[in-house]
Amino acid sequence: MQKLVVIGAGMATGRALEHLLDTAPGAYDITLFNAEPRGNYNRIMLSPVLSGEKSYEEIVTHDADWYEENGITCRFGEKVVSIDRERKVVVGEQGEVAYDKLIFGTGSSPFIIPVPGHDLPGVVAYRDLEDTNAMIEAAGKPGARAVVIGGGLLGLEAAAGLRLRGMEVTVLHLMGHLMERQLDEAAGYLLKKDLESRGIEVRLEAATNEISGDGKVERVLLEDGTVLDADIVVMSVGIRPAIGLAKDAGLDCGRALKVDAQMQTSDPDIYALGECVEFDGNVFGLVAPLYDQAKVLAKTLAGEADAFVMKQLSTKLKVTGCDLFSAGDFAGGEGREDIVYRDPARGIYKRLVIEDDQLIGAVMYGDTADGNWFFGLIKDGTDISEMRETLIFGPAYQGGAAADPLSAVAALPPDAEICGCNGVCKGDITAAIEGGATDLGAIRAQTKASASCGTCTGLVEQVLSVALGDDFVMPTAQPVCGCTDLTHEDVRRLIKARELKSQPAVWQELGWTTPNGCHVCRPAVNFYLLADWPLEYRDDPQSRFVNERNHANIQKDGTYSVMPRMWGGMTDANELRAIADAADKYGATVKVTGGQRIDLLGVKKEDLPAIWADLNGAGMVSGHAYTKGLRTVKTCVGKDWCRFGTQDSTGLGIALEKRLWGSWTPHKVKLGVSGCPRNCAEATCKDIGIVCVDSGYQIGVGGAAGMDVKEVERLVDVKTEEEAIEWVVAFVQLYREHAKYLDRAYKWLGKVGLEWVQEVLADDAERAALVERFDLSQSVYQTDPWAERAEPEAARRFQPLADLTLEAAE
Amino acid sequence: MNWIDIGHIDDVPLRGARLVKTSAGCIAVFRTGKDEVFAASDTCPHKGGPLSEGIVHGQKVTCPLHNMVFDLNTGAAQGADEGQIPTYPVRLDGGRILLDGDALANRSAA
Ligand code: SRM
Ligand SMILES: Cc1cc2nc3c(=O)[nH]c(=O)nc-3n(C[C@H](O)[C@H](O)[C@H](O)COP(=O)(O)OP(=O)(O)OC[C@H]3O[C@@H](n4cnc5c(N)ncnc54)[C@H](O)[C@@H]3O)c2cc1C
Ligand code: SF4
Ligand code: FES
Repeated sequence: MQKLVVIGAGMATGRALEHLLDTAPGAYDITLFNAEPRGNYNRIMLSPVLSGEKSYEEIVTHDADWYEENGITCRFGEKVVSIDRERKVVVGEQGEVAYDKLIFGTGSSPFIIPVPGHDLPGVVAYRDLEDTNAMIEAAGKPGARAVVIGGGLLGLEAAAGLRLRGMEVTVLHLMGHLMERQLDEAAGYLLKKDLESRGIEVRLEAATNEISGDGKVERVLLEDGTVLDADIVVMSVGIRPAIGLAKDAGLDCGRALKVDAQMQTSDPDIYALGECVEFDGNVFGLVAPLYDQAKVLAKTLAGEADAFVMKQLSTKLKVTGCDLFSAGDFAGGEGREDIVYRDPARGIYKRLVIEDDQLIGAVMYGDTADGNWFFGLIKDGTDISEMRETLIFGPAYQGGAAADPLSAVAALPPDAEICGCNGVCKGDITAAIEGGATDLGAIRAQTKASASCGTCTGLVEQVLSVALGDDFVMPTAQPVCGCTDLTHEDVRRLIKARELKSQPAVWQELGWTTPNGCHVCRPAVNFYLLADWPLEYRDDPQSRFVNERNHANIQKDGTYSVMPRMWGGMTDANELRAIADAADKYGATVKVTGGQRIDLLGVKKEDLPAIWADLNGAGMVSGHAYTKGLRTVKTCVGKDWCRFGTQDSTGLGIALEKRLWGSWTPHKVKLGVSGCPRNCAEATCKDIGIVCVDSGYQIGVGGAAGMDVKEVERLVDVKTEEEAIEWVVAFVQLYREHAKYLDRAYKWLGKVGLEWVQEVLADDAERAALVERFDLSQSVYQTDPWAERAEPEAARRFQPLADLTLEAAE
Repeated sequence: MNWIDIGHIDDVPLRGARLVKTSAGCIAVFRTGKDEVFAASDTCPHKGGPLSEGIVHGQKVTCPLHNMVFDLNTGAAQGADEGQIPTYPVRLDGGRILLDGDALANRSAA
């Protein structure tokens, strides 16, 4: 009888031995080594063991009786230390065994990130029963906390299991969304939400700097300075094929141990299968292909012909109640089409990727019932052109209504506010409809919804449409862009009504048809989120145009212009000297702008952090000449100097600029303050223009002098400087809260009407509340972007990532 | 293939890009929302806009100067616009970004 030695009693070899004993019983005298002190068990069921849904005994696949019946010599708990191919012996920790044929089934080892403290007791991987038991033990302590590093399949199963055992769990994930290898951003968002609803904290883009503690794990330190307490740290950041032994034996290895389609290595008497092998450039991490390999290997050993072929793979997450499925290749690209279906109310998301009339990838969340049907279409390369229209609805679909584009509105609860001006909820509107209202006019008359500023008109119409169906004809409104059917006004209102506080939340819950928007909607959505949730949402530079991201104005040749603030157009010798020095040092051209300040043109991107640091040094901050935000406040000399001046126009201009600078607005905002009606500061063609008169201040709004020349309309006349500032701040905040992105003040006023604005602002309490909300936002955003970006860590990003000019020349 | 390590994926902002200087010109390295990386010429064929400063969405980038949109897989301009940017082999290895030096060398020869 031939001697067969098997290294590793894992998922792959267990299956191979079963097949071999079926096809060729008694052909081999088998010795089975396993480093783990036990035989074969179902490793993938460790997650239910961790969560307590199963016991270890239930997941054993081969027990002592089975090995005995089949005459297998078991050397469990004994590691193979080397192989002598000359003498054809395997050397175990307890001694040698001779072989005629040898099988490698050593699997893989978890990867441990080598941060300081990674070797402290309490840091575990998630691979075997020992790891699982260590986690179960840690969870036994009341109030214990776990940190799971890695938001992939295994990390999340570990997190869910630990949470079910009552631990406080935080998942740290380096990437921008969970399970990025299996899921797209939208599905990743739903998964995160789902885990959070189970009480698991998820931190994305979180890099671990250090694990520390006194003799055991006590805390984890992140790169951004966050410190997390931890009784156990589970590292689940990936696996490495276990090929040390094979390499030492001189077998041909690439990323893993190389085999051919018969599972033979470079030595004809040595075979391999499982996660330790590389076939045709592929390595493995899921069991389905390993089972195919096991079949092929058994046949090869029995002397029958067979060949292993790569097949498409699908993935499911084994967290009870968390339904997700992904298969195939779901990256977008040229020639590929996406079909996306979202039902936000039920938390369902499905995305199919089609190329050349074939389904090549599928991602599903919430409802995965059709997963296997889609997977079949992918594997078989079925021509789907006939069912293209209805494909996404699955096999059971036999025609009928298409997905409801109004679902975002249909899903709103009755107490969701539709009209912010008049405090009208969806329920009030549906009640009016039930009472006989069938059009916008009737709704306006009965509920006052959309009767004020009118920005909720689109939503009211959609509520009508949802309630009345075909009986209501929707007026066509301009959607934001090709990514959505909703208008800017709808998006703004839904962000408030549904408390959407992140961009993925908007894309997902409002049914965006693209994975993460486009250059048209991203800046708008980013603005709406930061204007509505100043504390919860942070500005996303990657959703801003270049100027607002780099805080300088890009020129046609790729250089930038740099313009510091000159408060109210005032400057002094020191500032001018610093500007002159900077112009020399960075080779900039100097221009006096139409906005009463000085522009330094032609500065290289790499020099931006340095020129900012220099100008900061002289006390100057960014002039925001590039933003949809406060630009300039032009002033005239006023009563300090001018023989006609009635008030301190310069002082008021400076006070306003200091109050308003740094705020983001729907479009740019320019102010002017003139000391008398001669109006030398051109205040009457600014977004907000103040003309000082003997009796006080005339505040005008809605002026412009660009593509359209508009004269301001009078908002109000006030007596004191304090009142003037209060009205201006309140006006700016009202504009921030209501206007469509890229509508300048005059365009917005054209839609909502000056009377409505006057009415809102005339209410003392409302005015004070607007000022308070503006100041809250300024507590976050009134910081000099230049100073932040001149810091070494941020400045680094203004340099090229790498300079290969030398290497490529070689 | 001659893979050159140019940095870590975290050095490139999510849905953003960074510039790599080569003797054959500037190359933009993009990171998508799904943490895929792409490399392409930094120079827009329209009027030379720096594509590494564009908004990255899906697997596309919008030029910052006049909004031409390019597919990062093929380098082809999207929609009604015509134009093409060269793309380069790039891959990720455990978070490190690798650019193919041979492809760059070919570009300078061309
Ligand atoms: C630098 C400056 C011209 C100058 O050399 O004087 C200037 C330069 C630009 N203006 Fe202006 N505008 C400048 C004063 C003005 C003025 C005069 C004023 O503010 O008193 C106006 C008319 C007043 C107004 O805005 O209503 C003006 C009306 C515009 C418009 C038209 C706006 C409109 O609503 O129709 C645009 C286009 C836009 O913003 O979309 C624009 C856009 C631009 C941009 C930002 C175009 C761009 O996107 O690249 C220019 C940037 C050049 C650069 O790289 O710096 N610029 N621009 C002035 C800077 C003032 C400052 O100190 O910040
Ligand atoms: C918690 C968890 C959940 C999973 N869930 C899924 C899932 O849902 N779906 C899925 O498809 N896959 C899942 N996997 C992956 C799947 O378990 C692996 O792909 C599979 O176990 C690999 O099988 P293998 O036989 O190659 O290696 P293993 O099962 O790891 O077996 C290798 C064995 O070799 C032993 N060994 C290594 N070196 C030596 C040596 N020198 N001497 C002696 N013995 C040695 C090891 O101790 C080990 O017991 C999961 C994995 C884990 C850890
Ligand atoms: S008018 Fe303004 S936008 Fe036009 S070229 Fe001059 S600076 Fe540029
Ligand atoms: S330079 Fe890129 S679109 Fe004009």
